[in-house]
Amino acid sequence: MTRTRKGELVLRYVLLLAVLALTVGPFLWQLSTSLKGPTEDIYSSPPSFFPRHPTLHNYERVSDTIPVWDYAFNSLKVATANVVTNCVGSALAGYALARLRYRGRRAATLAFVLAMLVPVEGIIIAQFTTMRELGLNNTLVGVVLPGCIGAMNVLLMRNAFLNLPYEIEEAAYVDGANVWQRFLRIAVPSVRGTLAVVAIFAFMGAWDDFLWPLIVLSDPSRFTLTIGLNYLHGTFAGDERLVAAGTVIAVAPLIALFACLQRYFFRGVGEGAVKG
Amino acid sequence: MAAVSRARRVRRQLPLSPWLFAAPGLLIIGVFILYPFVSTLVNAFTDKRTLIPGEFVGLANFRELLHDDMFWIGLRNSTLYVLGVVPALVILPLLLALLVQKNIPGITFFRSAFYTPVVASIVVVGLIWVWLLDERGLINSLLEAVGVGRVGFLSDQWLLLLSAMAVTVWKGLGYYMIIYLAALANVPRELHEAAAVDGAGAIRRFVTVTVPAVRSTMALVGALSSVAAFKVFSEVYLMAGPSGGPAGEDTTLVMLVQRTGTGLTGRVGYASAISVVVFVVTVALMLLVLRADRRGEA
Repeated sequence: MTRTRKGELVLRYVLLLAVLALTVGPFLWQLSTSLKGPTEDIYSSPPSFFPRHPTLHNYERVSDTIPVWDYAFNSLKVATANVVTNCVGSALAGYALARLRYRGRRAATLAFVLAMLVPVEGIIIAQFTTMRELGLNNTLVGVVLPGCIGAMNVLLMRNAFLNLPYEIEEAAYVDGANVWQRFLRIAVPSVRGTLAVVAIFAFMGAWDDFLWPLIVLSDPSRFTLTIGLNYLHGTFAGDERLVAAGTVIAVAPLIALFACLQRYFFRGVGEGAVKG
Repeated sequence: MAAVSRARRVRRQLPLSPWLFAAPGLLIIGVFILYPFVSTLVNAFTDKRTLIPGEFVGLANFRELLHDDMFWIGLRNSTLYVLGVVPALVILPLLLALLVQKNIPGITFFRSAFYTPVVASIVVVGLIWVWLLDERGLINSLLEAVGVGRVGFLSDQWLLLLSAMAVTVWKGLGYYMIIYLAALANVPRELHEAAAVDGAGAIRRFVTVTVPAVRSTMALVGALSSVAAFKVFSEVYLMAGPSGGPAGEDTTLVMLVQRTGTGLTGRVGYASAISVVVFVVTVALMLLVLRADRRGEA
């Protein structure tokens, strides 16, 4: 009995390590390629997994080739704006849907549900036309606006507020607190967990987004990192070390964020899936 | 009595503030989601172009679709994508969830590591695999080292599509694994123990206990992944290039929407007609998967 248990455990770890190599290995290979100098053969067979003389030379070359730090700053601006607008906007709207009584509440809820079901990929051309009519194409504001208050985030916040016991807010009301005071002092502090999930997915969504910025941005000086990388790949496809360094710059901040805030990432998947 | 008058007082106290709370959200989804959705439906029946308003042309766009080879290529590839990706994304993450479910030392590290591809941008993931699958890349080096010889993953039309599917599955594994982990936590242990006592082996228990218990989650994963797969854009765009691989044979429907509708000469009306096809198939896929689930339960 104990022997089969032990055997099973060994088998488990072997499988875990195999999957680990498959999921994390490609990132490490990219990192390794980005650290290999110009004289080192990156095409050798059998491959050499570790750079013989690790160098940051390729990272310097990326910033000589494209304004990669400007692009990173643009991505940071877009992602930060997306976090702020999504947290504020979806907390406000979620509270209105969950707690406030008014004519038209059901219609408002339905509008958010419908908006959540619309496949974004199908409306990008119309979104682009709208953006052009507003004179906001080719701007970072234009990149942020369509997703700046996500319908799913609003519905997530609504559910979080609905799960709070009503009595606390009622007590505050009896004590003379008005609606803004109840919202800011009682309701919002109680849903911090969900708000953190909204914030993290808003950051990741904006930082990683590709299709929409690709359509709305045309001026290379305003690119975000993902569009800049696509441009780098399209123009310097043969230079693998350069592209590798670029991808490492783009992915490192998010992996760091994920390492620090894992449990919110996992919670977000659970909460999002139930709604999806 | 007291409660009624209190509720009334609440209502009297705030005539406008509910709308102030909801207004920013409603404005954004109204202007940037619902309005573009309706205008896509309307534009599909016009010959609108990027700089020309266009006129109502009835079903002309849809009639043109029937004779457009590129449209059929896009529909074929997006459909193949669903057929190739969905079974893998329904089954593999479930097996992975079973692998990381048991709390053995170091398991939280493995769970997080398996989730890393989800966190990375699709552009990063696409470019990593373009390099891995390159004619002179790591995978071909390994294949050559073991004597198989080099394979043109990114130059053959079908291998390209297959490689893109593999990348989609690779990136999605961790995401659906987490969904399955939550579902598996709700499967009562006693069921497994009872089956084990009855002499059922691991595979037998998987089929008779685990699968029925997570059936509705499998339907959910099926619905989510099939909708996402049909709308595939980035993976194929990055791996096959903007023009969709050799002779455009790897173009997907959303790539076609992007290519047709953008630029100064973009045919907005025609691209909208393709978008309408995307809407219809997406809704149909969702209903199909969820209905299959309901029938499975009955």
